[in-house]
Amino acid sequence: MTRDDIFAKVRDVLVDALAVDEEDVTAKAALVKDLRAESIDFLDIVFKLEQAFGFKISQGELFPENVATDPAYVKDGKITPDGLVALKSRLPHVDFSSFEKDPVISKVADLFTVDTLVNFVQTKLNK
Amino acid sequence: MRWMWIDRVTELLPGQRLVAIKNVSLAEEHLHDHFPADAAAGLPASPIMPASLIVEGCAQTGGILVGHAEAFKHKVILAKVNKFHIDRDATPGCTLRYSAEIERTDPMGASVNVQIALFDFAKPDSNFTTIGSISLMFSHLDHNMGAAGQAGEDFPAHNFVFGETFKTLLRSSGYEVE
Repeated sequence: MTRDDIFAKVRDVLVDALAVDEEDVTAKAALVKDLRAESIDFLDIVFKLEQAFGFKISQGELFPENVATDPAYVKDGKITPDGLVALKSRLPHVDFSSFEKDPVISKVADLFTVDTLVNFVQTKLNK
Repeated sequence: MRWMWIDRVTELLPGQRLVAIKNVSLAEEHLHDHFPADAAAGLPASPIMPASLIVEGCAQTGGILVGHAEAFKHKVILAKVNKFHIDRDATPGCTLRYSAEIERTDPMGASVNVQIALFDFAKPDSNFTTIGSISLMFSHLDHNMGAAGQAGEDFPAHNFVFGETFKTLLRSSGYEVE
């Protein structure tokens, strides 16, 4: 499956799960900031991606869990260097390049864009 | 007593499927307001089961199914209505049937599809006729996650979702509940 094919299916999933217009689902659109995803939507997206691509996604595999409350990862409202290393290894589909310049917890949600989902699916399908 | 919008559970396949019925009765006061006569427009009263309460009945049916699957240990709440359509009115004297099936479940929540059917006693030969469907997302409150990486909220330890009313409903339908 090409990246374009994956993008098209991910876009269908997001149109369905978030009731957004197809043209709003661009590669760089952030799920929370741009597409207005709420907490339950993340679980819905996980379930719908599983159905669309025929694989299982385990808990925490696509979206990290409870990063903000893990004292090993967070200090003074920011992800620690050790936390960043751990997150990068847990979430290879996420692009941390601009986030790591100012890794404040409140911006974690911005990391998750449509591209992030496409990266995740592509990696998973290639395994 | 909790506001119940199902009357009886008629089938339970644990972790998979739960079917419940709702008898629509003219004794329900809200039917007199939904919709009253409109003298100015020359319209007679038209009592119809509100679609929002059909959604609530479906949510209670699906919620019991999801809660029962884990012995009511989790606080299961309706978190999202994905799709809902209904193409016939349910009027007094009819029976609604909600057939809920778990599509996918994990520690954080579950997705459930419910088929809605109607039995009209004036047309018994047509049996239950499918009149709509709904797709629901339930959250296990104690395992809820915030938006991508944020912590979820804390809730009281006791299970305030599944109280005695739900258990009474299951018992009176012939199912054992601890």
